[in-house]
Formats: sequence, C-alpha cells, structure tokens
Amino acid sequence: MRTLRFLLQKEFRQVFRDPAILRMIFMMPAIQLLVLPWAADYEIKNIQLSVVDHDHSQYSRQLTNKITASGYFQLQDYSDSYTKAMHLVEKDEADLVLEIPADFEKKLVKENESTVFMAVNAINGVKANLGAAYLRSIVQDYNREVRLKWIQLPRFSPELQIAVTSSNWFNPSMNYKLFMVPGILVVLVTMVGSFLTSLNIVREKEIGTIEQINVTPVKKYHFILGKLIPFWVLGLLILTIGLGISWAAYGIVPLGSFWVIYVFSAVYLLAVLGLGLLISTYTGTQQQAMLLSFFMMMVFILLSGLYTSIDSMPGWAKAITSANPVTYFIDVMRMVVLKGSGFNDISRHILVMLGFAVGLNAWAVINYRKRS
Amino acid sequence: MKQFISFVKKEFHHIWRDQRTLFILLGMPIVQIIIFGFALTNEVKNSQIAVLDQSNDIYTQTIRSELNASRYFDIAADLHSYKDIEAAFKKGRIKLVVVFPENFAADLEHFNTAQIQLVADASDPNVASTLTNYATAIIMDYQDRITNNRKLPYTIHTEMRMLYNPQLKGAYSFVPGVMAMVLMLVCTLMTAITIVREKELGTMEIMLVSPMQPLKIVIAKAVPYLLLSVVNISSILLLSVFVLDVPINGSLLLLLSESILFTLTCLAFGLLISTKTGSQQTAMFIALTGMFLPTVMLSGFMFPIENMPWPLRMISNIVPAKWFYFIVKEVMIKGVGLAAVWKETLILTGMLVFLLALSIKNFKIRLA
Repeated sequence: MRTLRFLLQKEFRQVFRDPAILRMIFMMPAIQLLVLPWAADYEIKNIQLSVVDHDHSQYSRQLTNKITASGYFQLQDYSDSYTKAMHLVEKDEADLVLEIPADFEKKLVKENESTVFMAVNAINGVKANLGAAYLRSIVQDYNREVRLKWIQLPRFSPELQIAVTSSNWFNPSMNYKLFMVPGILVVLVTMVGSFLTSLNIVREKEIGTIEQINVTPVKKYHFILGKLIPFWVLGLLILTIGLGISWAAYGIVPLGSFWVIYVFSAVYLLAVLGLGLLISTYTGTQQQAMLLSFFMMMVFILLSGLYTSIDSMPGWAKAITSANPVTYFIDVMRMVVLKGSGFNDISRHILVMLGFAVGLNAWAVINYRKRS
Repeated sequence: MKQFISFVKKEFHHIWRDQRTLFILLGMPIVQIIIFGFALTNEVKNSQIAVLDQSNDIYTQTIRSELNASRYFDIAADLHSYKDIEAAFKKGRIKLVVVFPENFAADLEHFNTAQIQLVADASDPNVASTLTNYATAIIMDYQDRITNNRKLPYTIHTEMRMLYNPQLKGAYSFVPGVMAMVLMLVCTLMTAITIVREKELGTMEIMLVSPMQPLKIVIAKAVPYLLLSVVNISSILLLSVFVLDVPINGSLLLLLSESILFTLTCLAFGLLISTKTGSQQTAMFIALTGMFLPTVMLSGFMFPIENMPWPLRMISNIVPAKWFYFIVKEVMIKGVGLAAVWKETLILTGMLVFLLALSIKNFKIRLA
C-alpha cells in the first residue's frame, strides 16, 4: 500500500510538472467543445440557389419569393440563362438550380399540370439530399396554395385522405448542438485517456527510466495501478470540465442524473485506460504508440455513430461498432443527456463496458513484462 | 551531394526498420478509404421503428407492412399504449413510432379522413426529419393507390437531376478529404516528431557536429516522407478509381503536382513545429491541434463551411487543407483545368513559401 502511495505521488508530480500535459488537459476540452460543435453542424441552411426563370410570370415570381422567404435558401442569382446558372454551379457558387419553363403559368392553369426542373450539385450528398427535399416541400406548399385559390374544398373531403402529423421528442427545436456536444465530450475523454496513458508508459521505456523501476521491488500491479489511477482521476476531471463548458456555453444540462453519467464514465475510463496500457505494451517508442493510438482512435471514432447512424452501416461495420467501447459511451451520453435515461435503460451498456474493462486490462497485464 | 544521399539513406533505414510504424503509415489510407467508402453513409436505411396500432384493421396492417417492406424501416417492436413510447425511446434503439388512433378504418371509410401520428426521437435532428419525410411519403403513396391514382387538379411536378454525382455517393466528397488528412499526418506529424525525437534522445547533437550543413540534415529527414506520401497518394487514387468507382475526370498530371505542392506545404509546417518544440509530446500536441483538427473540421470535407459562423469561416481560410480539398474536388470530380484553380494554387504556394521562410529563420544550429 505504501509503495503504491509513493508511486502515485511520483505520477501526479510528473503530470503536474509537465506543461505539455497540463496544456492538453485544459486546452483540449476548451478547443473541442467551444469550436467543434459550431463546425460539426449538419443543420443545412444557407443553400445557394440560382433561379432560371424563363416564364417571368406572376406565379414564377411568387414561387421564387416563397423559396427565398423560407430561410433555408439564399438567392444567388436570378436570370433566364441555364448556362449561366450552370457556370455558377461549376464555380461552386450555387448548390441548386431551379429552372422554371417558359409556359409554366399557362400550362398550370390551362392543362392542370406543370413541371419545374431542379439540378442539384450532388458532390456533397447530404446537402444535395436535404436541399432538394426542402425545395420540393416548398414547391408542394406553394402548389397547395395555388390549388386553394382555384378550388374551394368542401368541408367533408370527397376524396379519401390520410392526414399525417408528426412530432419531435427530446429535441423539439431540432438543435444539432444538443446532439453533438455529448458525443464530442465522449471523444474528448477517450482521447485524453488512451493517448496519455500509452504515451506516458512508452516514454519511460524510450528514455530508459522504466529500467529503474524494474530493478526496484515494485510489483507489476503496483506499477500498473500507479499509472492507471492518476489518469483515471484526470479523465473524470476532464469530464467534469467538459460538462461545465457545455453547460456554460450551450446551456446543456443532462436530463438524467449525474450519477448515471459518472458511474458509467468511471467504468468506461477503466476500459479506455486498459486500452492505452495495452497499446504501450505493444510499442517501444512514443512515435509508434502515438501512431497506433491515433489509428485506433480514428477507426473507433468514425465507427461509433458520432457522425453517421449505425443502422445504415453494412454488417461488418456494425460488428465493429459493437466491439467498440466508444459506441456504448456515446449512446449512453446521448440517452442520459437528451432523454433522461436511468440505470435500468443502460444496464446492458454497463455490463458490456465492465466486460471491456476487465478484458482489456487483463490482456494488458498479461502482456506487460518487467524484463526487457 | 554524396553526404546528403547517405543521410537520406539513414532516414530510410529509420523508417524501414520500424515496420510497425511503416505498416500503419501505409495501411492508414487504405483503412480510411474502406471505412469512408463502405461504412459511413449519410443515407438513412434499416432504421428501427415501432408501431402503436390501436385500431388493427386492414388499412393499418397494410400501411404497417408497406413501411416494413421499404428499405428505410425495420419494425422492431409493437407498443400497446402511449406510455410505452417514452420507455421505448429511452432504451435507445427505436427512432420513430407510428401511431394509429382507434377506429382508423371506420374514420377513413365514413368520414373519408383519418389521422396517423408520427413521433420521432429527435435527438439526431437530421435523422428524425429524414425518417418523418420517408414515412410520410410511403403513407402518401399508399393513399394515392387507394384513391386509384386520381390526379389532383393544378399539380406542379418537380423533376430532379443530380449533377456530378447521380448516385449521391459519399465517396466524391471524402476521397479528397482522406488525401488531405493522410498527407497531413504523414508529413506534418511524422516529420515534426522524427526531428524532435533526435533532439529528445540527444542524437541531434551528433549530427550537428558532422560536416553536413544543418539545414540539409533536416531536409534529408523530409525526403523519405515525401516519397511515402507519393506512395500514399497513388494508393488512394488507385483505390478510389478501382474500388470506389470514383473517376479522375481532370488531368492526372495536374492532380499529382497539386498533391505534391500540398505535401511540401505540410512538410514545411512539420519543420516549423520541430524548430519550436523540444519534446515529442509537445510536438504531437501542436501537430494535432494546430494542423490535424483544423484539417478535419475546417477543410469542408466533414462539415460544410458555409454553415459555420463567420469567425470559423475566416479561420478556415488559413487552413491549407481547405484549398487543397477544393482543388482536388474541382480537378478530380468536375474535371476542370489549371485555369479554374490557379487562384487556389497560388494561395497554397504562398503558404508554402511563408512556412518555409519562417522555419528556416527559426532553425537553430546551436543546442539550447
């Protein structure tokens, strides 16, 4: 016990005397949480629209006004030349071209139907998809208005009609930051946990100080506990700072209890630190450790459902996501923060995470050798 | 010159003999392309939904099976009361609940109108609105079918054309992004770290007392990474053409020379970091926060720049990857020539010269 206390003293001193680590601990949360949510905003707005109006009728102008009034689109250009509009698309100045044909109004009134054409710059798939969907729904809205003007609908509709109403729970204002911030918090804790642990141990290997520890009577588990406990504390500290920043900057207060978050994080950090430890046993230099952790983090974060939904991934990718600790933490964070889930709802997550923690640490301890 | 070549050889041995690192450096782009190409889609499909059917008649059953049959939805649960909805959402799997009121069939047959309520878990706003749109479209299709496709009067049809990327493949926007990311990693991070490592281990001193000019020592360190980058660029391009079917529409020569220009810029930045730092951890920290995060966040490949608030948009202009991403996208996918991207090329060149000048100015021959 006494040995462990001295080791802990040494580790904490090392951490707090290293300006690089201190910077990492306080700047990473600030940068990631203050900047990333603003950048990672998939809410689509300000779509650059170019209208090609061959009709110049009252209707075509009404339609254009309605589109620009919606707030999603910015009218970049209003002309009657399709080639000019296409040129804007080529220069990336327009995302969407709406072409209104010459006899739009006449056809609509006389022949009961008319067509407008849309051309979408589809290099960015999400934007193209959502932009086109918005535009189409605005055109349909406009269509309804036109219809109402021409025909008085009777009170009981003669035609069969299914009315679909929709409501959005947990995030009625559809605020994208509410969705991203809990996820980013997870990335933060994960990066700090695994990077710092693996680098710290490998650094002792590279500089040679690990030899000094290996020749002392310090036991294997003393050494490992001495390394894990400080970073476990640091991880929880960073989580607290992160929760504080997300409250101060975005007003996000978890709907569920802090207990659930901290209990799960405590287990999760054990798993992540185990991963860091494992990486350090397989590498000999800081360069290797860094690159390996970086590589694993990249795969874990991309395949965690942080940015894209897991449901739409193919089978093999889904298999990786369920062997990925980050997935579970992001899930839990979002559930607790946004929906107020309790221990009952996340019991499966906690069990899986305990499994990860035990498995990874056991693997790392078995793999750690006091001899070089 | 002979000295220089032997220094380059030494650096090659460094890389060659650290096979784990080499393996990751060469494997990274391949793994990234596979993940981005096959695992990450912004398309929504196979979403798990639940049905709360209080009517259970022939209409609701048909709509139910129509929803289940579409590739967007899998019906994962049947709920029995309104209270179940919240519980189902809290468990996390269910993204949308379709609620049929009592007497759905009777309402539809007698009053000609009936209601369906869609309740979405809007934790992820985009998925929620996409799912609501899809479900509404499926129900509307069904309605059209039971009204025998009678045309409504005064209908405006919309006809859509997707330019450049008709199948809406994500590959078109991420292949240039992966290139930027990998080049940044290999050149900036690795160069900075190898140089700082020699400082940290003390071997830099040995080299500085050799008759070789100090600046050449550092340049010799960069050469192998430049070559590694060329290998990576080729593997990314080959993979994207032959595995992801992303064509190279513009001139290959232009694309390659722009990539090399960007590689040099990254190397220069790596040099600059190495002149400023003394420990590998600090170098890594600066490379990650100063170069890697901005590349991922502000180059426009993961997140659209137009959406960002103006301070971020301003900052994005000093991120070299933003310009490189733009150039690659234009040349590779739209197939334009140098005439269309000369401005961006000039900006990149300017950045390269600036970074090089700064790092040469900061380069110290003496040890601290």
